[in-house]
Amino acid sequence: MRTVRTLGAALLLIGLAAAPAAADSTPSPGASGDTKAPTRAGTSFRTATELDQGQRATASGSTGDYLYWSFPADTGQRPTVEATVRLPRAHGAQTWQLDVYDGLRRRQACQYGAATRAAGQDTSSVALTCVLRTVRGWSEPWANDPLPGTYYVRLTVVDLPPADLGLPVRTEVRVGSKDVGGPAAVDGSLGKPLVPGIATRRSSGSDDTASDSGGARSAVLSAIEPDDGWSSGWWSDRWVWTAVGGLLAALAGIGGYALTRGAGRPSRVPPGV
Amino acid sequence: MIRRQRTAAGVLALLAALTAGLAAPVPAAADETAQPAPKVELVLDVSGSMRTRDIDGGTRMAAAKQAFNEVLDATPEEVQLGIRTLGANYRGDDRRTGCQDTEQLYPVGPLDRTGAKTAVATLQPTGWTPIGPAIQKAAADLGGGDGTRRIVLISDGEDTCQPLDPCEVAREIAAKGIGLTIDTLGLVPDAKTRDQLSCIADATGGTYTSVQHKEELSDRVGQLVDRAADPVVTPVAARGTAGCADAPALKSGLYTDRVDLGRERWYKVDVPAGRELRASVSVADDRAVTPNYGVLLRAVTTHGREIVRGESSGTGRTDVASTGLRYPRPESDDDNAPAETVCLQVTDSFSAAPGVKTTPGLPLELTVDVVSGTHQASDVASFGLGRGWWLLGVLVLAGFLAGLIWGWLSRWRVAVWRTN
Repeated sequence: MRTVRTLGAALLLIGLAAAPAAADSTPSPGASGDTKAPTRAGTSFRTATELDQGQRATASGSTGDYLYWSFPADTGQRPTVEATVRLPRAHGAQTWQLDVYDGLRRRQACQYGAATRAAGQDTSSVALTCVLRTVRGWSEPWANDPLPGTYYVRLTVVDLPPADLGLPVRTEVRVGSKDVGGPAAVDGSLGKPLVPGIATRRSSGSDDTASDSGGARSAVLSAIEPDDGWSSGWWSDRWVWTAVGGLLAALAGIGGYALTRGAGRPSRVPPGV
Repeated sequence: MIRRQRTAAGVLALLAALTAGLAAPVPAAADETAQPAPKVELVLDVSGSMRTRDIDGGTRMAAAKQAFNEVLDATPEEVQLGIRTLGANYRGDDRRTGCQDTEQLYPVGPLDRTGAKTAVATLQPTGWTPIGPAIQKAAADLGGGDGTRRIVLISDGEDTCQPLDPCEVAREIAAKGIGLTIDTLGLVPDAKTRDQLSCIADATGGTYTSVQHKEELSDRVGQLVDRAADPVVTPVAARGTAGCADAPALKSGLYTDRVDLGRERWYKVDVPAGRELRASVSVADDRAVTPNYGVLLRAVTTHGREIVRGESSGTGRTDVASTGLRYPRPESDDDNAPAETVCLQVTDSFSAAPGVKTTPGLPLELTVDVVSGTHQASDVASFGLGRGWWLLGVLVLAGFLAGLIWGWLSRWRVAVWRTN
């Protein structure tokens, strides 16, 4: 009986330790690093510069430009977009704004972070942040929930004195994400991630290999993909929790059963009786 | 279920090879054609005011020439570059002649760097500033072909050839739907020049830059030429109608159209059972509009029932208002179930600022994707699995109670058996 109890306690401990550990792990620090970080930005959804999570993209532009980047976000991630704008030496009071759109070009709300910020005349830089909601594997078509796929970042000045229009600015954008994992694991899944133009891309299957070998870049609306491919949405730490729960229930059942049977043969009864 | 794309690629390629020509849906042609050569025309103002010495101690002309030399050296191989001048030849005072003074200095085509540089070196600041006619001619120079087309306009003063408003010219060019972008650069601009150049840029979805220093000029022009070299999907022109019945049928692809302010446009898409329709729309404000705006995209059945809508509204300065929707059709047991025709309605609620022309309509960009359908959720949680301490607590308690009851039951059974 003692061995069973010890085993039960050990399993409980493993369960206690493993489940939250799996949930809180924060990977995706951008495995690819800053080696190929883009140094320019697009000017529309169609021309948005693709950016991997963890990369720090820089771009020089003019005040008044609408600068676009796009990045992939997968199920269970909670992306954070950070942007810094270095303003010219002399400028008036300006307001900068960071907007994030999903693959369907629907605007996505920021949970927290200053996505709009005013810069006074003597400020040299503006820092903007937007923490998105957790990306779900599936949602009803009537909902605006973030879904796996391409996300667009638009950085622009929304309010400026006319004299500042066209002055040079330097911008920097970084996208990171926190892996929320199990708590956000919902049922259902999309047939394809929300990547614009994915229908036309897939219908000519061999296109990818052709562009890889030939070196010629063919135009697609968005060729974005996380480093390790889109997740299937099948795995979540809910499997661990449920399995551990079942195991514990079985052990508790054995424990309860044992209680009703007493502690085995009474010790005062001599053996052989 | 989303598969790993790489593993699926091979299978897909095989499948595509097998079914080629049989049942493959034809995508909008523009997406997959080999990328045609991008064309750029640099339009340089060579009017008399370019003599002014206020860019890093040199004349504006000298700065422009230096920038051109650097840009010509760095131009990517695939870009076909041309150079057009305005106000380079006519010195006189006759307005009519002066306003026609625009000349193609170097034709758009494969770049001969030395030839182009020599041509630029001969330029002397001379005449008037006919921006409008120059843009018109430049657009004609770039005509033909499906590649990216860009005009980079470098000027230091406003157009001196009114009443032909260069901003209107730019809007007319954009309205032709040939995907031409005009980027403008103002050399030490005054307020009027800035307004005019930024208006030209806004009308075509281009950018406006104000240049005060030499290196800014070459950096920016170089950046714009590089941008032209990026492969971009060219949208297909579609013509939406006022109602669903006669709306054009669209397949997966990228489309462009014009929508009048406050009006609606209808399109049709066939969605087979078990597939998902994804549509997104962007309406760009290419002119001065009032600061509150919105756009609505509705998916409606042919009988007029609304299936799903995407809407967005906003306030303040913006380049586009965009929204999207998706409509997954459930699987059908009948393999020959006909595709459902879904009508897409696009409306915008931009209103033009006072005194701004409302024709042509605002440029609209529509993306349509019909992809494999979703796997519907049957539970809130993934596979109906549980998670958390409450779950463990409940399971342990239930297990314990079950064990107890089982134990008592079996004791009671043994007792009953013994007494019998």
